[in-house]
Amino acid sequence: MPVSYENSKVIFEGIKAAGIKSVSALPETWLGLLLQRAEDDPDIDLIQVAKEEEAIGIAAGAYFAGEPHVLLMQNHGFLAAINGVVSLAQLYGIPLCMLIAFRGHWGEPYPWHTRGGIITEEVLRALSIPFELARDPDKVAQQISEAYTFSQSSLSPVALLLTRDLMED
Amino acid sequence: MERATCIEMIYPELEDKLVVTIMGACAQELYNLGHRENFFYLQHAMGLASSIGLGLARHLPDERVIVLDGDGSVLMNLGTFTTLARYRPTNMIHVIFDNGSLLSTGGFDSQTTSGITDLAAIARGAGIEHVASADNELQFGEAVLEALELDDLSVIVAKVKAVGPDHYGMDLELPENAFRFRRYIREKKQATDQ
Repeated sequence: MPVSYENSKVIFEGIKAAGIKSVSALPETWLGLLLQRAEDDPDIDLIQVAKEEEAIGIAAGAYFAGEPHVLLMQNHGFLAAINGVVSLAQLYGIPLCMLIAFRGHWGEPYPWHTRGGIITEEVLRALSIPFELARDPDKVAQQISEAYTFSQSSLSPVALLLTRDLMED
Repeated sequence: MERATCIEMIYPELEDKLVVTIMGACAQELYNLGHRENFFYLQHAMGLASSIGLGLARHLPDERVIVLDGDGSVLMNLGTFTTLARYRPTNMIHVIFDNGSLLSTGGFDSQTTSGITDLAAIARGAGIEHVASADNELQFGEAVLEALELDDLSVIVAKVKAVGPDHYGMDLELPENAFRFRRYIREKKQATDQ
């Protein structure tokens, strides 16, 4: 199924409406259209990393600098970034607002995504990372704004899982 | 050359810079010279000191950022060189103390022991233009001075002995370090804006 052009736009506008101008990301298919917008928008500073754990450090630097920041990654990238999440963000009380493409779940046709998809929510729970699923384009902007607010007040990583319902047409 | 000597040499220069160190010996040796509110010690999450440096440098173009890294840490995040090269924060100096050892975790040889792996060559290969290697204090001092004069990203790989401080411990809790570091930046920004 093709990635939703309209909903990618809605998510991007939601990020901007939350007052965020700094975005770190590792590109992946569901995030592609969103990242193209970020790249083309002069008001958005997009930093593309080689591996997702780098983005945890960059997000910490942005937080110290007082710059609102979101991280965009796939759930497998989140799994690759866990030590940074635990031993930088959680250890020091640094907020992270993570928008995570939730691959490998209901309707997933690709076998390689499935193991990561099956364990994502349990891993988030095990790490005490509050999360919500984003399914509805009418609600996602509010969810982004609330995720950002909560990350800042709780000084904690917070995750919004971008589901297939939202990301594919 | 010892890392403690190198840190002592540059300590006066760190007064008005944002400094991020890695864990263990490097953090302790800086702390022992006297903690400042503009120092952040990353006591875990090996590899991410330079990523924090990039996040700081990119969002605070009027500040100078100095990252004090180590071979063991940077080997855990070699991709950082490629990201630094791509975004080229002109206000950041990345110092890597290469002791060829995982000193803080038992002194095992790292991949850079005996010059098998050359971190400076990796940094250059990643696309970083200004990369210096230093084997003695004179070379290190010159490399730092040159980097400070340059308005560009610099990487300095300093070959040091695998020795550390004789004691560990800070009167500074980890979140406290983060809160105070952030407050220092905020207050400096507010003072500049006024």
